Amino acid sequence: MNSVRVLVGTRKGAFILTADARREQWTVSGPHFAGWEIYHLNGSPADPNRLYASQSSGWFGQLIQRSDDSGQTWAPVGNQFVYAGETGTHQWYDGTQHPWEFKRVWRLEPSPTDPDTVYAGVEDAALFRSHDGGQSWHELPGLRAVKGHLWQPGAGGMGLHTILLDPRNPNRIFVAISAAGAFRTDDGGGTWQPINRGLKMDYELPDAAAEVGHCVHSIALHPARPDVLFMQKHWDVMRSDDAGELWHEISGNLPSDFGFPIAVHAHEPDTVYVVPIKSDSEHFPPDGKLRVYRSRTGGNEWEALTNGLPQSDCYVNVLRSALAVDSLDACGIYFGTTGGQVYASADGGDHWTAIVRDLPAVLSVAVQTLP
Amino acid sequence: MIRVVLPYHLRTLAGVGREVALQVDGPVTLNAALDALDTKYPMLRGTLRDPVTRQRRSLIRFFAVGRDLSHDLPDAPLPDAVALGAEPLIIVGAIAGG
Repeated sequence: MNSVRVLVGTRKGAFILTADARREQWTVSGPHFAGWEIYHLNGSPADPNRLYASQSSGWFGQLIQRSDDSGQTWAPVGNQFVYAGETGTHQWYDGTQHPWEFKRVWRLEPSPTDPDTVYAGVEDAALFRSHDGGQSWHELPGLRAVKGHLWQPGAGGMGLHTILLDPRNPNRIFVAISAAGAFRTDDGGGTWQPINRGLKMDYELPDAAAEVGHCVHSIALHPARPDVLFMQKHWDVMRSDDAGELWHEISGNLPSDFGFPIAVHAHEPDTVYVVPIKSDSEHFPPDGKLRVYRSRTGGNEWEALTNGLPQSDCYVNVLRSALAVDSLDACGIYFGTTGGQVYASADGGDHWTAIVRDLPAVLSVAVQTLP
Repeated sequence: MIRVVLPYHLRTLAGVGREVALQVDGPVTLNAALDALDTKYPMLRGTLRDPVTRQRRSLIRFFAVGRDLSHDLPDAPLPDAVALGAEPLIIVGAIAGG
């Protein structure tokens, strides 16, 4: 029988939630790395026992932890993230140029085919790769060559938060960076191009044609149709049908098109999930009602999913990496909140239950579907 | 041997108790002590000093013999009592306030 492992990163440690395919009875393991911020925790598709965790602290800096036994034991691996060549500068808040400074790893994305190859998206924004299970890290500097001197951090930091490895084309990678935008490589990471055409930004950027500077919050794709991308931008939910060459808005009837995460159903490439947040000034659900919205039409037409979710006095947030799906049939959907709840739906979002209610603020949720 | 007291999170990371003993060859300076710590406990590399610049992380403090040595030159000799193992070098995570 299949099973599911939900990997949860929080402000104060990591938690691993496991269940069989019915997804009714859950076992909670943790906290792992108690007291540390776990920005992301992810598993290798090529070896589900191989997990990577980004462990950081304002006092002690960045560590990367690796487990080869499904999270029962962990060992620190390499934590040197050195920008390649000349460190370079980016735009600072006062308009001057400021040197790139490594702060933390926001995202870990293991290769679909090699357990020892893993990508790391970091703040200040850059993409690193390891081919030795995380022992050593090397930047892919072509990304910062794409007008990096014009990138400017937003209030939340200039983090590379989304890494999508095209399952059909190993040379194609999509990344997204807070307040810089989305980028694509078609040559395995050597050269990159911005893919931000069509993004609107009346209150985010004055220049509608700017190639960089867009506040992309997250991007998702379906593995069977990787040229179709769905994006939750700062404001606006967007879609591209040509691998990011051009975007168009699909916010439709959402109560707010501000939000952080976006996800695609495991078996229905046109079924998309978002969690609307009231505004960039008020990071909580509209009307105090926690609602996941689902579109079964690839956007524009959205339905509220509320069964089992709090529909009054709810003022949590759902962060960009805290929404994920499993690949069971029916597809399971999972998200974590800044209030410490992890909600799960075993039926594509129709019904929700809280697996746990009182964790530290959830930073990330990743899901492994196990044989 | 010198004695070094670690903050809680680094004890759990290294799997050790409150205090560790380190062999330092040559002059006992802060950098030499931290290098010896990194050598014996490689999982601690980068947690006290930036791995690139080797500068003290801003929220780390070094105390010994009733003094705050955090702003001393890292290659200056540590107090004799630390070098002789009579007193520990205490590594502290700064209080967060509140």
